[in-house]
Amino acid sequence: MLTVGLNHFLVISAVLFSLGIYGIVTRKNAVMVLMGIELVLNSANINFVAFSHYGNFGLNGQAIALFVIVLAAAEAAIALAIVLNVYKTFAEVNVDEIDHLKE
Amino acid sequence: MNLYDIIFYIFAAITILSALFVVTTRNIVHSAFFLLFTFFGVAGIYVLLGADFIAIAQIMVYVGGILILILFGVMLTNKITSVEIRTGTVQMIPATIGVVIFMAAVIAIMVMTNWKSEPGLIPLGTTKDLGHLLINDYVLIFELLGILLLIALIGAASIARREQE
Repeated sequence: MLTVGLNHFLVISAVLFSLGIYGIVTRKNAVMVLMGIELVLNSANINFVAFSHYGNFGLNGQAIALFVIVLAAAEAAIALAIVLNVYKTFAEVNVDEIDHLKE
Repeated sequence: MNLYDIIFYIFAAITILSALFVVTTRNIVHSAFFLLFTFFGVAGIYVLLGADFIAIAQIMVYVGGILILILFGVMLTNKITSVEIRTGTVQMIPATIGVVIFMAAVIAIMVMTNWKSEPGLIPLGTTKDLGHLLINDYVLIFELLGILLLIALIGAASIARREQE
């Protein structure tokens, strides 16, 4: 039970995923929502690398993890540019107060 | 309980605790700094899984790039001198209940499933094999990611630049 196996990594990734979802759902600030998304992407990456190590799939899982890291970098750059623009337009980054599309 | 297990538990504790602080601290700058520890913990877990190149890429891209971007985002979108940097929260109780149920379900599924797992041996350096994989099997994805990064760079610059007056 205490000896580290595949399940330990999967549990860590599940906890990290849940914390990321919690951050995305409960935080108002758009930058905090972005941090939650980063946590979720990291947890998915842990799963990829863990199965690559324990599942005898060669290095394919690690290659996919590398692609996820690249996508996360691109996503963070674009999202922060959008957040800066929203702040310039509304002087506000709380996602629950930017609801002009509803009207 | 050998040394590997002890190091694993240390990194797991760092990752989970700092992630918990990230989503519960009310100060955004503190959240960003706890995110740094989360990324380091995840990098340590990659090392324990024998993925040395991914671990270094994690530290360089996440800590060196994304975290700096997020800190800039925090600094540019808050009036640091006038208002204290806090973030409000919505729907704490339903979110907590839902997330706890979700986490319990996922952990139960993952623990109860009988994964076909062989205790993999730690490889001696994955960089060369990963490089071969990137320019043989995954060459199309590799090139597409290059184009995607270029598009993201141009797009971010054109979205965030100031309007000409």
